[in-house]
Amino acid sequence: MKKDIILSGVGGQGILSIATVIGWAAIKNRLYLKQAEVHGMSQRGGDVQSNLRLSSDPIFSDLIPKGECELIISMEPMEALRYLPYLKKGGWIITNSAPFVNIPSYPEISAIDADLKKDANVISFDSDQIAKDCGAPRSSNMALLGAAARYIEILDVEALKEGIRNVFARKGEKIVEDNIKAFEAGFEIAAKR
Amino acid sequence: MLGDEALALGALHAGLSGVYAYPGTPSTEITEYIQASPLARDRKVHCQWSCNEKTAMEAALGASYAGKRAMVCMKHVGMNVCADAFVNSGVTGASGGLVVVACDDPSMHSSQNEQDSRFYAEFAMVPCLEPSNQQEAYDMVRFAFDYSEMYHTPVLMRLTTRMAHSRAVVKTGEMRDENPLRFPEDQKRWVLLPAVARVRNEQIIKQYAQYEEDSEKGNVLSGPKAEMGVIACGIGWNYLMENIEGEPSFPTLKVTRYPVSKKQVRELASMCKTILVVEEGQPLLEKALRGYLPVYNEIKGRLDGTLPRTGELTPDALRKALGMDDKETCSKSEVAVPRPPALCMGCGHRDFYTALNMVVKDYPTARVFSDIGCYTLGYLAPFHAINSCVDMGASITMAIGASESGVHPSIAVIGDSTFTHSGMTGLLDAVNMGANITVCISDNLTTGMTGGQDSAAFGRIENICLGIGVPKEHVRLIIPLPKNYEEMQKVIREEIEYRGVSVVVCRRECIQTAKRHLKKQ
Ligand SMILES: Cc1ncc(C[n+]2csc(CCOP(=O)(O)OP(=O)(O)O)c2C)c(N)n1
Ligand code: SF4
Repeated sequence: MKKDIILSGVGGQGILSIATVIGWAAIKNRLYLKQAEVHGMSQRGGDVQSNLRLSSDPIFSDLIPKGECELIISMEPMEALRYLPYLKKGGWIITNSAPFVNIPSYPEISAIDADLKKDANVISFDSDQIAKDCGAPRSSNMALLGAAARYIEILDVEALKEGIRNVFARKGEKIVEDNIKAFEAGFEIAAKR
Repeated sequence: MLGDEALALGALHAGLSGVYAYPGTPSTEITEYIQASPLARDRKVHCQWSCNEKTAMEAALGASYAGKRAMVCMKHVGMNVCADAFVNSGVTGASGGLVVVACDDPSMHSSQNEQDSRFYAEFAMVPCLEPSNQQEAYDMVRFAFDYSEMYHTPVLMRLTTRMAHSRAVVKTGEMRDENPLRFPEDQKRWVLLPAVARVRNEQIIKQYAQYEEDSEKGNVLSGPKAEMGVIACGIGWNYLMENIEGEPSFPTLKVTRYPVSKKQVRELASMCKTILVVEEGQPLLEKALRGYLPVYNEIKGRLDGTLPRTGELTPDALRKALGMDDKETCSKSEVAVPRPPALCMGCGHRDFYTALNMVVKDYPTARVFSDIGCYTLGYLAPFHAINSCVDMGASITMAIGASESGVHPSIAVIGDSTFTHSGMTGLLDAVNMGANITVCISDNLTTGMTGGQDSAAFGRIENICLGIGVPKEHVRLIIPLPKNYEEMQKVIREEIEYRGVSVVVCRRECIQTAKRHLKKQ
């Protein structure tokens, strides 16, 4: 069993925390893991992604080959589009619907939505808003992870929550609870679709 | 752990006494891991940043002289800066284990070029190791220290971005103690007078042949005879294995050690008609195989377009080279547009460029020679404020040359860390030559581009400029904030008008490190 996931977003949106939580849960569940990250120049407001590979068997490549990715989790709708050539036909995209506009030529949101839905299954919702609604505005990324949780398959929901508790533990109880709340709210959203 | 971190931990477990480094993507996390390691703290392992790669390399060589295990870390272009020290350390050789880590950046994710550090190893006749995964990075660094001590040679370890910045689980081994202080038995080889160096040269040439023979124990030849064989270096091996099911049904040579044995390559060649060479970076081995004269085998690789000539290797590029079909994917979207990096909102460099642009627009012949750091992003919209970025330190020196050739105003823009890396000597040249340039040091009190490491001359920039000989009245300080735009323009304009070397220090803390400092409080 394996799961290849691409996480995408804009530098500073917190995709590395999503990766860290999934990674923690994967190691705890004795899965093999490879996680390629972007460090350096692009972190300054540029596009960032992380290739996350989980498997019950040893993994060779750090990069996900085209057509192997089964799930894109994106903190930003246009950033999800960038990785379509890696996604299997009929794969899942879980994306934040709130655009991050820091470039002049940002495309029409309707054009983005149309392309997202062309060959893939999409769950798109405003994770920034959901996080705000639970009183945890900085946990948009965990709301998104919550929505993606049932599509990660190789790890169960409890394992991911345990991941959140452990990864954020050193930041204090309040932050852990905020993140769990956002995660659960995201999970509910996906359940309703 | 990241590949960088695996290597760092491997070095600590192998009995490291000091890491000497200057930050640079994708190598920075090696030193940062050691700086944060409780084990390193307990052992008092040296891990403070050096001013530049050359000072780092030389300090490590000194530690090796004293019998200790030392490591030097840098990005690929750092090898250019320390090349003099590195190549000559190949001649003196090492005493305590000396490992030089160069992290190459194919595809130039965060770099000016795509140079391949393996060439430096060949050039300096130093053995080179290239791990193919995180576990090998951990294991190989210990081997590198042992090999270094066995042959009294520095050893180069080469990583590439993908390995450096990808995580995997790593099994750790035993921990060993540091070396005691011990002076080299052979004192002579450390004094490279021509008479000594000539003797050393002969010895090293012999040793290099030995490294080649030894590499047969590390590089693995396997698989049955077939039409095509593959030589895969470093992480190229992973991409090969990713694309095939189970064991290869053709001959393969997995390369993690250089120089590569000719005997092994010939053996592989006798098992197949075509050889595909898979290497990350430049076609070093492929070129050697092709040579100048006809070869029996057909060679494929980056030079004939079987693999892309430039850029990072990918499993997809290799799939194509192996003649396998693409997998079915979602179709590419034409809607997504590039999102280039930009200066953070509220960054002091932004306010500096805004003020500079207001002044420069009154001087149509002005040229702004910039340098490397976050402020290089001032090239992009909305600032379009700089005309050059070449290598660290080149701002001041290029401004000198341009000014002497008639460019006026000739303005240099450099960051605080870059200034101490290699700008100070240029400033001394400017003073000695009486150059008519204006040097703007955009001082954010840190090394921002690489994530906010300590800057070497924190709080001492003005004194350094004065010491170098810039007149006191022409070392000016401005604070880059919108409310100061008028004052900033006035100062910059006055110093442009001054005929001689002037320095405008533009100081406000990087907002990323400022945020971190606030959190700590
Ligand atoms: C020889 C060399 N070493 C290291 C680097 C990596 N590097 C690029 S910019 C930079 C530091 C810039 O710091 P500073 O000049 O203070 O500017 P800031 O990014 O803080 O604005 C470093 C270390 C490089 N490009 N070349
Ligand atoms: S990291 Fe610091 S120096 Fe770099 S752009 Fe951001 S605020 Fe400016």
